[in-house]
Amino acid sequence: MLRVTSGGPLATVQDQGRFGFSRFGISVSGAVDAHALTLGNRLVGNPANSAAIEITFGGAVFEFAADTVFALTGADLSPDLNGVPVQMNQTIAAIPGDRLSMQSPRFGLRSYLCVAGGFEVPLTMGSRSTYLAAGVGGHHGRALKQGDEVPIGTPGRTVHAGRRAPDAIIPRYGAEISVRVVPGPQEDRFTERGLETFYSSVYTSTDKSDRQGVRLDGPAIEAHGKRYDIVSDAVVTGAIQVPGDARPIVLLADRQTTGGYPKIGVVATVDIPLLAQAAPGTKIRFSKVTVEEAQQATRTAIAGLAGMALEEPVVQVTEMVIDGLPVRVEIATPREPTSLTRLTVVENGRLRVAAIDVV
Amino acid sequence: MTLEAGPRVRILPAGESALVIELGDAIDPGLNQQVYELATAIERASVPGVQELIPTYRSLLVRYDPLRTGFAEMARNFEQMAAAAVSARPHREDRRFVFEVPVAYGGADGPDLPEVARHAGLTEEEVIGHHTFPTYRVYMLGFAPGFPYLGGLDPRIACPRLKTPRTRVPVGSVGIAEQQTGIYPLATPGGWQIIGRTPAPLFRPDHEPPVAIMPGSFMRFVRVSAEEADAVRDLVHDGRYEIPVRRRGF
Repeated sequence: MLRVTSGGPLATVQDQGRFGFSRFGISVSGAVDAHALTLGNRLVGNPANSAAIEITFGGAVFEFAADTVFALTGADLSPDLNGVPVQMNQTIAAIPGDRLSMQSPRFGLRSYLCVAGGFEVPLTMGSRSTYLAAGVGGHHGRALKQGDEVPIGTPGRTVHAGRRAPDAIIPRYGAEISVRVVPGPQEDRFTERGLETFYSSVYTSTDKSDRQGVRLDGPAIEAHGKRYDIVSDAVVTGAIQVPGDARPIVLLADRQTTGGYPKIGVVATVDIPLLAQAAPGTKIRFSKVTVEEAQQATRTAIAGLAGMALEEPVVQVTEMVIDGLPVRVEIATPREPTSLTRLTVVENGRLRVAAIDVV
Repeated sequence: MTLEAGPRVRILPAGESALVIELGDAIDPGLNQQVYELATAIERASVPGVQELIPTYRSLLVRYDPLRTGFAEMARNFEQMAAAAVSARPHREDRRFVFEVPVAYGGADGPDLPEVARHAGLTEEEVIGHHTFPTYRVYMLGFAPGFPYLGGLDPRIACPRLKTPRTRVPVGSVGIAEQQTGIYPLATPGGWQIIGRTPAPLFRPDHEPPVAIMPGSFMRFVRVSAEEADAVRDLVHDGRYEIPVRRRGF
């Protein structure tokens, strides 16, 4: 169980989303940055769809109530455990009473706290994701706040502290990003000039962005006959709507299922994590790709994550017989043991966390 | 890339893992009927890689597994089915099954009923009569969980939205906005003219399916008294309520 001391601006329980209910008007929800969630779950030894806490713009404080192995991924929040700095993208161990604090990110927007065993809130329509607009799913259908206690499941396997993701798999969140777009389904609603404007201009993410979408500012995109409405149809995550103000909105996890604005294109799924991390003021360029190129990019990304070799800690194994009973003890030491205060120890397959003094 | 499968049909990419089969570009009962017929045909065909179908007014979105099938290959599966759906002789609308949604009109449940009546130049009773008379087509669900986009409002009771939207409209409120009528499935802010309220929940996250009124079906509003609405609320509370479905004679 995890105690919430502060949820910061917005912290919600999310898994990879609630699929299969769109025809009922039910939003997908789920982690906005699916890449960071997948990476975090991989680090702590969870299935990719385990629920994590999505922390928007940092500022959260949590307290552990049991021996727990966790990892923080996504935007760097300069986290500390009881005041001692800990690393992003690395498994860390905590004992009951340990307090994890996070600052605001300097780059990026969303971070994921993944724990071994996942957050075990009840399944609602097959998912643990929080559906904020409907007030269901996740932790009582709402954002986390002070005093909440979020249950943690039993880990499927033991993972040591000090496991790291390779640098190559960790995105750099910059002030300028470039995202790939598959044109359509309503590209033909826009003039040649409108399309030229969209693909050659720099757009800036605004502070009117949220889990539903990124609202962009920049040059107006011209539609035929200045008509920015269509007979409402279904939308997908990543769809780029252009409403009456002629500025694009990229739809994210909490989007509605249908919409009445023309869609100039859809962001390639592999590039949605970049938009998930586009803090207000981020400069965004769009480039056109074919469906096939976007599908190939998906395959490459999935293969990259699947084939990723994590950097494992040094594990010392000692086997002995104590009082006539065989005992096997594993002690993990991170490769960079800076500011190390917690060690994972596995005794006969059972994990516990040991507190050590800083030397 | 666009594949033309017939005079009105277009199959368009919606990103790398979905495509849209457009059967037309209008709000039209016959066209909407074809969308649902196409959805049924695709479901029956069990096309490998198809993950989800989302029918709307005039198109069907198909989510598919891009690791399994490319766009062109996936689109080819649907060309003939789409062409058949638009060229088939229109079926007689299957209105044998009609959801009958109970509504308490006026008073605290429908604070804008007097304004709608004034705007239409009718009595409140006449507005209720015009609202409960038609059988409405549920073109699609969207906007909010279980929200039905309904067709068939009597134009005599069409009415502009409120000048100042309410910050909170109670769940179940039945409203009119221009040529549309609908039901709020959640308590949300809203600007529709509220003429009544149903005690029947449209969104029920713990049920299977999680919505009460199915897309592509038909529904009517049935007037009930405040006491009858309270009785329904009690049944809902006990988990013993389903919206009545009237089966008409053959």
